[in-house]
This record gives sequence, C-alpha cells and structure tokens, in this order.
Amino acid sequence: MNDFVVNALGRELSGAPGWLTALNRQGRTAGAGKTLPTIRTEDWKYTSLRPLQDGGYAAAPEPLRASVEPLATHFEVPDLDALCMVFVNGQFSESLSSSDAMPEGVSLVPFSRASEAEAALIGEHLDSLANPEGRLFTALNDSWLSEGLFLRVAENVRIEKPLQLVWLTTAQGENFGFAQRLLVLMEQGSEATVIEHFTSTDDAQNAFCNGVTELVIGADARLDHYRLHLEEAGALHVGNVCASLDRNARLNGFHMALGGRLKRIDLAVRHRGEGSHCELNGVYLPRNREHVDYHTVLEHEVPHTSSEETFRGIVADQARAVFNGRIHIHPGAQKTQAHLTNRNLLTSNQAEVDTKPELEIYADDVQCSHGATVAQLDASQLHYLRTRGVSEQEARVLLNFGFINELLNRAGSEPVRQYLRPRLASLFARDPNLARHLL
Amino acid sequence: MLSIENLQARIEAEDKAILKGLNLQVNPGEVHAIMGPNGSGKSTLGHVLAGREGYQVTDGHVHFLGKDLLAMETEDRAREGLFLAFQYPVEIPGVSNMEFLKASVDAVREHRGLEPLDSVSFLKAAREASKTVELDQAFLKRGVNEGFSGGEKKRNEILQMLLLEPRLAILDETDSGLDIDALQVVAKGVNAMRASDRSFILVTHYQRLLNFIEPDFVHVLSGGRIVKSGDKSLALELEEKGYGWLEDEVA
Ligand SMILES: Nc1ncnc2c1ncn2[C@@H]1O[C@H](COP(=O)(O)OP(=O)(O)OP(=O)(O)O)[C@@H](O)[C@H]1O
Ligand SMILES: [Mg+2]
Repeated sequence: MNDFVVNALGRELSGAPGWLTALNRQGRTAGAGKTLPTIRTEDWKYTSLRPLQDGGYAAAPEPLRASVEPLATHFEVPDLDALCMVFVNGQFSESLSSSDAMPEGVSLVPFSRASEAEAALIGEHLDSLANPEGRLFTALNDSWLSEGLFLRVAENVRIEKPLQLVWLTTAQGENFGFAQRLLVLMEQGSEATVIEHFTSTDDAQNAFCNGVTELVIGADARLDHYRLHLEEAGALHVGNVCASLDRNARLNGFHMALGGRLKRIDLAVRHRGEGSHCELNGVYLPRNREHVDYHTVLEHEVPHTSSEETFRGIVADQARAVFNGRIHIHPGAQKTQAHLTNRNLLTSNQAEVDTKPELEIYADDVQCSHGATVAQLDASQLHYLRTRGVSEQEARVLLNFGFINELLNRAGSEPVRQYLRPRLASLFARDPNLARHLL
Repeated sequence: MLSIENLQARIEAEDKAILKGLNLQVNPGEVHAIMGPNGSGKSTLGHVLAGREGYQVTDGHVHFLGKDLLAMETEDRAREGLFLAFQYPVEIPGVSNMEFLKASVDAVREHRGLEPLDSVSFLKAAREASKTVELDQAFLKRGVNEGFSGGEKKRNEILQMLLLEPRLAILDETDSGLDIDALQVVAKGVNAMRASDRSFILVTHYQRLLNFIEPDFVHVLSGGRIVKSGDKSLALELEEKGYGWLEDEVA
C-alpha cells in the first residue's frame, strides 16, 4: 500500500505556477513517511482504500487535448443561468467555461491565471482550514497542486448568478490521479451560491480525484453550497470540505452522492463566530456493489451558534453506505443548538449501512440531539398507494423517491432540483416505466 | 356488487378476533350506512376489504362484482373498482399529490382498458376535482397529505375518489372532524357520483351526514357483526337512543 503514497509524493510536478512550489514541497514533507489509512484506523473502518493500491493512480493525467467529444452534455443543467468554470481531469478548460466578465468585487480565477495579488491571497488562505499535517490526502493534494480555483467575493457584494464549478473526468489510457482544489473567501456581508459539480463521461472511469475545498465565510456573509457527486461508478474520490463561519455567517449545504468504487467525503464545519448558523442536507444513493462514505463534523467553538444537519441514504443491491456524523461542542460554547438526523433505507437484504452519530459536549447549557435509523419502506404508505391501484413495484419507486425528494426540496435552486429529480427517479427504477410518473 | 358472507377476521399480531360472522349485501346503486360503537370493527371491515396486511380472514367469503375479492392483491381490488377512503389518510412526504394521483389514475385506467390521460387532460380533471372538493390547487403540488389538516385530508380522499371513479366506495368516517361546510362538500362529491352502477358504504357516527347523503339502508355493526339493519329512520332512532337498547334486543 505504501507504494501509492511513495509514488504520489515522488510524482514529478509540471505546470504549477512558481508561487505554488513552496506548498508542493510542504505537502511532500507533510506526507513523507506516512502510509494510507487501513480499515484498522477507526476513521476508515468501513471504507477500504484498496482500490487506490493497485493501478497506478499516483500517475499524472495526460495533458488536456482539444476534445472532439461534446463534454458539455455531462454537466449542463438546463435553465440554470450560471457562471460556469470547468476543469477536465483537473485541468482548466477555457473553452468549456463561461467567458462572462465577473461582477465588480468578484474574483473567480484558476490558480494558473491568478494575478500577483490574487496569488498572495490564495497563498495566505490555503490550508487555513485544511490540515496537511493531520490528513495524508491533504498533504498529497498540496504536493500535487498545480491548478485549482479561487473565488473571492468582496465585502457586501452579492453575486446574483450561481457559480457552477465543474470537475469532470474522462477515461484515459492509464489510471491517473489529480488534485482538485477550491478556495472560497466570502468577505463580510457577501452572498453567493456555489455548485461544486463532480461528473464524468459515461464510459468506465479510471481517475482518482483527491479533493480539498476550503470555504472561509466571513461575518454576516452567506454561502449556499452544493456538492454533487454524479460521476460514473468507476471514478475514485476522496474529498475534504472544510468550512469556517464567522460571526452571524450562514452556510446552507446540499450534498448528493451516487455510489462508486471508492467515494469518501469528509465534511467539517467550524463555527468560529457567535450567531453563525449552518444547515446541511445530504443524500447518498449507492447501488450495485458501490460504496459511499460521508464523515461529517460540526465544530461549535463559540457560544450562540446553531446547526441543523439531515442526511438520508438509500442503499440498494449489495451496496454499502457509511455515515459518521459528529457534533463537537467546545468548552464554553453555551447556547449551542445542534441537531443531526440520519435516516437510511435498505432496499435489499444484502445492502449495508454503517451509521454512527457522535456527540461530544463540553458545555452544559446547550440543546443537542442526534438520531440515526435504518429501516425499510413504511408499510402503511406502501399499502395506501396500493389501495389506489398503484402496483407494489411502482409504489416502492415512488416511496424511495419521496424519501430523498423531501430533502431535495430543501435545495434552493429550482433548476438544480429539476436536474436531479429524473436522475434520482432513474436510480430507483431500473424499468423506466416505473419512474414515468416522476419525470 | 358486494356480497359478504359470514366474514370472520382477526388481527394477526394480537390473535384477536374482530369480525365475527359479518353478512352484508350491497347491490348496484345502493347507499349503505354503517354505524356502531367505537371499536366494533367498522374500520377493520374496510381494511379487510381493501386488503391491508396484518388481518387474517379465518372464515367467510367476499364477492365483489362476481369475483373472489379476498383472493386479489390490494392494487387489483382498487383497479377492479373498490375504493376505501381512509379514516386516517396516510402522509407521504416527498411524493407530490399530483404524481400520486396520476400514477393511480393511469393504473386504474390501464386495467380498465382505457387510454392513459395525457398530462393536459389529467391536469384539467385534477383541477376540476379539487374545485369540487374545494381544495386549493396548491394542494396538488404538495406532498401527499403532507401537513394537511384533518379536513383537508378528508377532502383529498374524496378528490381521489372523484378521479378514480370506483364502482364501490367505502367512506370510513369521512365526515368526522369536518366543519359543516366541509361536510356538505363531501356530500356534494358523493351525490355527484351516485349512479345506478355505483354503490357506497358510509361508515359514520353521525346521523347528520345522512341528511346530506340519503342512504337506502342503515346497519349497526357491533361486536364484529351486523346486529340490526333498517332504513334511514334507524339512524334517527340511534341518534336518539344510542346503542344500548340494541344489546338488550340482540340478547
Ligand atoms: N393493529 C391492531 N392491533 C391491535 N388491535 C387492533 C388493531 N387494529 C384494530 N384493533 C382493534 O380492533 C378493534 C376494532 O377496531 P376498528 O378500528 O375496526 O374499530 P371501529 O369500529 O372502526 O372504531 P371507531 O368507531 O373508533 O373508528 C378495536 O378494539 C381495535 O383496538
Ligand atoms: Mg374506525
């Protein structure tokens, strides 16, 4: 297993802007001598990194070629009037990205095109939330980093259009890995909607995406953040989303993941200013032999902060889902309100879910709750639908869909909901006829 | 239309007999009212007829339009024209009323050999039905019964009945918890559907409903059996005297 890490750290760097090389070196130093976690590591108990072990995912992607394939079909969301930035196999694609000028007070630039001033800001904030010392994949990301995306929204600026940030992979001749990186700086009182959209072409993927996203949300700022994992099942992903909330800041997160050979997302939200609030909704839908793992942590570091987290999953066939939701209330963080629920539906007796909510509370005047359930479809709902003539099979599809759609309805963007709904419906019904009332 | 002979049923989990030899004959076009004390088995009868799991029929027969009803799957009973308006309609968050109604109507129409309604005609029919039951069209977009008030749920049951055009509708306390206007709305829905080839069973505790929907027969279900049958005057008598005198009479 060590070979992957050694190869990854030894990977020759090419194309990184000069100001990133220091970070590359730091990443190498931080990762040196470390090994991939195994299932004996508590945090990785249910997710094996074996898929990374073989197949040379430490290799760099081939350089981007002008593609004859119409790649836009893999990420275009109808009716979504967004500013779009597209990366193909980790490399920025100007031709697929929007060319619109950014509104006043907004920088949205690939690292490779950052101005000196922007580079300085990026350098200042990279790894301000992510931790290469404590997390090997972050160290690897740093060491590989040659491209990334930087968003800065200046004080009191509100971006009207959503920003759709696409990371698309295509199948290549040899397995490869790349670093995905996003840094968002929301200055005081700013507002934006960011859609991180991970997708791929339809053929069997052989990419490993090692992702790090840092969301720095200033006082009174508001970020609506979507993170959609809609890649083909062969794609490997290990990702880390870190957010920090300053005074009265607000984060609305919507997460969705289809399953894959390896898909692990670590989500950490730090409340660092009083009055901050975070709402997280997420759904995961592995099937066949797919796997998906969400590890979430809510850090309430100061008094008077709140969070509301709801994750739901439907696990089908022989798939496996892992959900670990931790709430950590630091000493002195009085008047915290934090609530977490995780509900799972298993649609086959070979499906498996490992769910573990964890509460760690070091303050006495707080309101916290967590709960996790694993169940099958509700018999009385199933019966009700059947008394109206709906076949049992279709009733199951409707109920599975409803279970997830309830959370999808909380996502603010109607075009995104419209885009995801038929994709959901088709997951629950292999026979499209059974999903026809959902399209 | 419906013929029930000596129906005996128990609750599986509790090993408890609820229906203890129930007989009832409903002919096309008739409206039957079933009254009776709490816990006497009225809802159980509806559930057994609709095919809910958890009830075991230990004896008796039920024929619906000449077919053995108890041998049919729940959805086939509905497709054949049996409709049960639930005493406690079920909430299905995340599935819109519209999607649900279209799925039902399509399934029932397909079974009857009818062309599926295109979405425009369906929408029109759904809007008309919601107007009849005085339910705002916004309810079509909401989750099935999700967060509906008690009365709104009952109206939604009638709306489904209007769209599904059953041959036999069993309304289990559809009048309970309704204000007087809503009661008239329900009655209007039922009366609009009365036809020579369609029958109704109204389960109710209140004579009031029968002022608006005039029944051909009134039955008293008590202790899992029909203990008395009569015409609509029986309902008035029950309203006045309660059920106690019947026990004496039966004994
Ligand atoms: N799932 C169940 N488990 C246990 N007992 C049940 C169950 N369902 C019904 N019963 C019992 O069966 C009996 C008949 O219930 P049913 O709901 O049919 O009564 P009902 O005549 O409809 O009463 P009401 O007028 O109050 O609606 C009651 O004693 C009830 O408690
Ligand atoms: Mg009842």
